[in-house]
Amino acid sequence: MSEQPETYTAAAEVGAVRKRRTRLERAGLLLKSAPPSAWFGMIVVTLYILVAIFADVLAPYGEAEIHPAAFAPWSDEFFFGTDQIGRDVLTRLIYGARNTMGIALATTFLSFLIGGGLGLAAAINRSWLDQALSRFVDVLMAIPSLIFALMLLSIFGSTITSLILIIAVLDSTRVFRLTRAVAVNVAVMDYVEAAKLRGEGLSWIMRREILPNIMPPLVAEFGLRFCFVFLTIAALSFLGVGIQPPTADWGSMVRANASLIQFAKYDMTAAITPLLPAAAIALLTVAVNFIVDWFLQKTSGLRDDK
Amino acid sequence: MANNALTASCSVRNFKKIDGTRPSVKQGNARLNAVLATILKRLGLGLATLFVVSGIIFSSISMLPGDFSEAVLGQAATQETVAAFRKELGLDKSAPVRYFEWVGSVLQGDLGTSFSGRNASGQDRSRQVSDLVMPRLWNTLFLAGVTALIAVPLALFLGLTAALYRNTAYDRIVNALTLTTISTPEFFVAYILILFLASLWPVFPSLANIDATTDLGERLYRVALPALTLTLVIVAHMMRMTRAAIINLLASPYIEMARLKGASQSEIILKHALPNAWSPIATVIAFNLAYLVVGVVVVEVVFVYPGIGQLMVDAVTSRDIPVVQACALIFAATYILLNLTADIIGIVTNPRLLHPR
Repeated sequence: MSEQPETYTAAAEVGAVRKRRTRLERAGLLLKSAPPSAWFGMIVVTLYILVAIFADVLAPYGEAEIHPAAFAPWSDEFFFGTDQIGRDVLTRLIYGARNTMGIALATTFLSFLIGGGLGLAAAINRSWLDQALSRFVDVLMAIPSLIFALMLLSIFGSTITSLILIIAVLDSTRVFRLTRAVAVNVAVMDYVEAAKLRGEGLSWIMRREILPNIMPPLVAEFGLRFCFVFLTIAALSFLGVGIQPPTADWGSMVRANASLIQFAKYDMTAAITPLLPAAAIALLTVAVNFIVDWFLQKTSGLRDDK
Repeated sequence: MANNALTASCSVRNFKKIDGTRPSVKQGNARLNAVLATILKRLGLGLATLFVVSGIIFSSISMLPGDFSEAVLGQAATQETVAAFRKELGLDKSAPVRYFEWVGSVLQGDLGTSFSGRNASGQDRSRQVSDLVMPRLWNTLFLAGVTALIAVPLALFLGLTAALYRNTAYDRIVNALTLTTISTPEFFVAYILILFLASLWPVFPSLANIDATTDLGERLYRVALPALTLTLVIVAHMMRMTRAAIINLLASPYIEMARLKGASQSEIILKHALPNAWSPIATVIAFNLAYLVVGVVVVEVVFVYPGIGQLMVDAVTSRDIPVVQACALIFAATYILLNLTADIIGIVTNPRLLHPR
């Protein structure tokens, strides 16, 4: 009597143990429902991360290795040619992925640590701390961040540490605003009140009671902030006050090879060379935006029109 | 009895009428006063912000690490020249005194003297910051003005037509294009324009070098590419916001009413939706003009345009703090003023804000 009964009974269906999906299966189902734009975004971001991690293996030459031929054309030896002092462009592009993305990621994490932490504290406190922090953020946000960053960089000098710190602090103002706005709604819930009465400290309430409930908007904001920080750093490097040579970076690579565009009529590949790092920046921001769009639709059903 | 009742009701009606008109005048005044009060509050807040921002920009000079007078004058500077330089900067006075002196001189148009052009021997060939800034400020304003003249009508037109032909191929193409220009860095857009419009088909010059003697036609020709780049960057934002504002309104009941009445699609958008969409659109335009202030820095550097943004970047590279301060102050003041304008336009054109609860 090992064969299954062919007939359907309601009792059997109700009586069967509901199969619980594992995390992996749920992730698989979620991915299956992703629209093509999100797929495109995820594939691009994964590729970028792989390139950044395995830069040493992928790059044909050393990061600051100088070859005798400056502005060499595209060839088998130098796939995308060489730059103004004879460094291989493909190598610099690969290392640039690691440097630019790494610095942007560190800055975004730091700005979330500062802005998120202070935003949560302000949402719980709601008195002098909230007032002081909010007014301070208002003033900081009244100055355009690129201008403020330029001014601070002229004072502290363009080192990578000061670049990360300055942009993280300036960017944390926006994270503070968002965190405070979403956390204020959660901070008045009964279970937060209960935790306070139980005698939990500020840090516990921040981490264990409020943070898990405001994660979705923060994660989406993380993606958008990353794009913004990434573009700001690229713009600063492009202006020559961001990441300094010999560290490979996409923004400064555009600037250094920009004069090649004039030769578009004679050699199209030369004119494309300075556009490659700029295109790399644009592709990454577009990809992250696609993923964030999908994530927002998934978590809140938020759509910008209809 | 009946007569009596009639007169009574008449008198009641009259009474009501008189009583009814008077509060409405009062209410009107109260509303106007409330709006004025809100606007004045905003203005006061804006001035306070400007004050604090100027304080931050001013205090940046005292945050300089080490003794920068040696860095400026060189290692070989004598004690006397260093002392004279410190005295000139007013470092021998207390910070609040220096701040008010600085604000006073800035209000009179004196922005101090540049750090560059000084050397150890005490010779002073430095220039007044205002002489450096003023001509460039006009150039930047010219570029921003040309951009605004092209971008604002274009964005309104695209936004309106995209809302009008919603979900058609036209709408999708405009949307996709603007989304791409939003998420690309300004210099990428600029170099692509140079590649196609200056290098492959040389229609416009890739360098926008103008000076005081350049006449208007030549100026317009030279700033074509920078203005086009900035236009592409800000049109995207403005167009999307215009479209969203209109589409948002199209869902409201009075639009439904107009549609049931048999009004055509263009009539609905131009006559019914647009008047109510003006306030969000005006706000977006002002915000984007404020954004233009920042975008102008990168674009000026790409096209070597002699504007204030390029001056600031050069000054940051050479760490010429007085020039950086002056530029930052001008940028911040413009930004704050434009945002303030956006706020005030939002208050004046939003009928709901006229009825405070």
